[in-house]
Amino acid sequence: MRRKKPQSFNSTPIKERLIIPRQEMPEQDPLQRSTNFLEVNLGLTPEQAVIEAQRCIECASPTCMDGCPVSIKIPDFIQLICKEDFIGAADKIKEDNSLPAVCGRVCPQETQCEQVCVVGKRFEPVAIGRLERFVADYAMTHGNGSAKSTDKPKPSGQKVAVVGSGPAGLAVASDLIKEGHEITVFEALHEFGGVLVYGIPEFRLPKAILSEEVANLEAKGVKFVKNFIVGRTMTIQELMLDEGYDAVFLGLGAGLPRFMNIPGENLNGVYSANEFLTRSNLMRAYEFPEWDTPLYRAKHAIIVGGGNTAMDAVRTAKRLGADEASIVYRRSEEEMPARNEEIHHAKEEGVEFMNLVNPIEFIGDEQGNVISAKCLRMELGEPDDSGRRRPVPMPESEFTMDVDMVVIAVGNGSNPLISQTTPEIETNKWGNIVADDDGRTSMDGVFAGGDIVSGGATVILAMGAGRKSAAAMNEYLKTKVGSQA
Amino acid sequence: MYKILKAEFIAPNVKSFIIEAPLIAKKREAGQFIILRVHDRGERIPITIADSNTEEGWINIIVQGLGKTSAHLNTLETGDHLQDLVGPLGLPTHIENWGTLVCISGGVGTAEALPIAAAGKAAGNRVISIIGARNKDLVIAENQMADVVDEVRISTDDGSAGRHGLVTDVLQDLMDEGIVPDMIVAIGPLPMMAAVSNQTKEINIPTMVSLNAIMVDGTGMCGACRATVGGKTVFVCVDGPEFDGHQVDFKELGMRQKMYKKQESESHKCFLERQMKKLKAEQVAEGV
Repeated sequence: MRRKKPQSFNSTPIKERLIIPRQEMPEQDPLQRSTNFLEVNLGLTPEQAVIEAQRCIECASPTCMDGCPVSIKIPDFIQLICKEDFIGAADKIKEDNSLPAVCGRVCPQETQCEQVCVVGKRFEPVAIGRLERFVADYAMTHGNGSAKSTDKPKPSGQKVAVVGSGPAGLAVASDLIKEGHEITVFEALHEFGGVLVYGIPEFRLPKAILSEEVANLEAKGVKFVKNFIVGRTMTIQELMLDEGYDAVFLGLGAGLPRFMNIPGENLNGVYSANEFLTRSNLMRAYEFPEWDTPLYRAKHAIIVGGGNTAMDAVRTAKRLGADEASIVYRRSEEEMPARNEEIHHAKEEGVEFMNLVNPIEFIGDEQGNVISAKCLRMELGEPDDSGRRRPVPMPESEFTMDVDMVVIAVGNGSNPLISQTTPEIETNKWGNIVADDDGRTSMDGVFAGGDIVSGGATVILAMGAGRKSAAAMNEYLKTKVGSQA
Repeated sequence: MYKILKAEFIAPNVKSFIIEAPLIAKKREAGQFIILRVHDRGERIPITIADSNTEEGWINIIVQGLGKTSAHLNTLETGDHLQDLVGPLGLPTHIENWGTLVCISGGVGTAEALPIAAAGKAAGNRVISIIGARNKDLVIAENQMADVVDEVRISTDDGSAGRHGLVTDVLQDLMDEGIVPDMIVAIGPLPMMAAVSNQTKEINIPTMVSLNAIMVDGTGMCGACRATVGGKTVFVCVDGPEFDGHQVDFKELGMRQKMYKKQESESHKCFLERQMKKLKAEQVAEGV
């Protein structure tokens, strides 16, 4: 379907647009920020945002939207920024993405919208992510535009349970509340947001932003219930049969940390990234003893892995006061799955990168505290299944280094809680819930999306899966009414 | 917020709480636990559910004030509220008719062993309870235990109640009398469970222990509660909390329990200082 081109509010001639430099986002100074947990990126100024928006050349067939998992109307919102209608721009984004302030911060735009931006073919792409972040924050500090709207949809009389308050669940809640369904979001932990709260650090995504997004959904009528573990506090069957929920969405996340299965992994001071980050983020261990939850403060911390989670963990370790915080990664920087921005920020903050190194054993003292790591140096061989060159140990390369904290950030498996308690729902050999493209599981009325289906992925992909499920759930609910009438 | 319907000390430093939690009460089975937070800056700690009542919608937990959080919790009174409460967590105890079931418990573990002993009795077992404590004041739940089992035997470290000695001595007495347990459940401090497991391994009596590990989320997400059982890493929160005592690496678990000893005492000290200040302020206020 061909979209109507948005009205242009940019009077700068195309040729001149191309010579405008991409606007850099102000950041906290690296030396200063590596000692605090305040947000690193400070956001574009309104002037910068308008200049950046003017870099868009208004292509006849824009490709940016194809790069977005939720197809935000990027050309439209950029024109609204040119017009300086920032609230209007935020509303335009919210038509497709209920969490723009979150996605503007944590989406890997460089491999999505910005990667396919036409300007980016010859110049630097339009900074779509920074613009999204700017208008979302602007709207938040200026009354939130449409969030204040009071026109509630006609109640459908149908109830939907959303299990998990992470990105997938919030997307489903946001879409289905608009359809007049009664929505309850169930969360196992004591704060809402799932991985956005326990996984992503304050310095990358301030909690206040997330609370605001949750409050917006509450204002629209979504009910939020914390400390409720579906499968334990109540099963899916009980929700549907006893509590009258007509449909259930499972957005449980990939909540089972992988370890390396090497000797010494249960020593004190060896953490999964989930535990390390949860202690720091959800439990605010960086404010110990004002907050009760403790966390190791290391002299030399190593973080095993090369993804965004590893970057979050290593930057957290640095902020907790580690003299040395190092990434230990078995491939080279080129293969690192982490965003370039995160790698760049980590380096600026003094993080050391030990690439082509793989630990094979952790060694402890008599009290069981980790004191050193035995490692091998690696080289890259033939490509493996992932298409990346396989790391192979180099002969006689073993070495030992002193470490007093280790964080294992090598990915997540699927949490077994639902499959333990609801065998009706089919799972695959990795424990992921089997769902079709629209999120339908093997149990009638039960949908699933996000990491619990795909395995560990990104916030925006989880939101995209949530939106697809929401559409299918809405259809399902309509049919259900039809069949009951 | 979760209302405390009743709070009372049942032994020095040991407090029993009846907490309003209708959903947990309805679902909970023997051996399961909850995770709670005392206040809005609090840590998450796991506590085994000792009892519950579906009609009245409450659960009962027994807390020994050892560290900062349990000490803080034990300052709460009837009518106060907990910040957070979630459960029931963990797998329920596997109960069958083994024949003779011996429930060995130490300290507040007796309150936790109570539902298992009762379930064991209901399944048709002859149930003998062995309760161990440092002294007679610390023997708890003796009468409730006596109500549900066939026989209760007590040991104290100082001989102030029951046999002078350890629970392992009482178990030896039993066997010397010709009573051979078909199944043993041991719940209490780690050294006690390790000693019992050690003793029963030699004579090949199946022994189940309920492990108490440091936890954060309690749903398998973080892995803080890992233990080694039979050479494999398990997560106590979702794979347990009960395991074959003969397979547990108690030494490792003991070291893991002490992981935050330093921070824990720092936190406890801060708490006590705050309590002292509060007390002094109250005294001053009363003086005026």
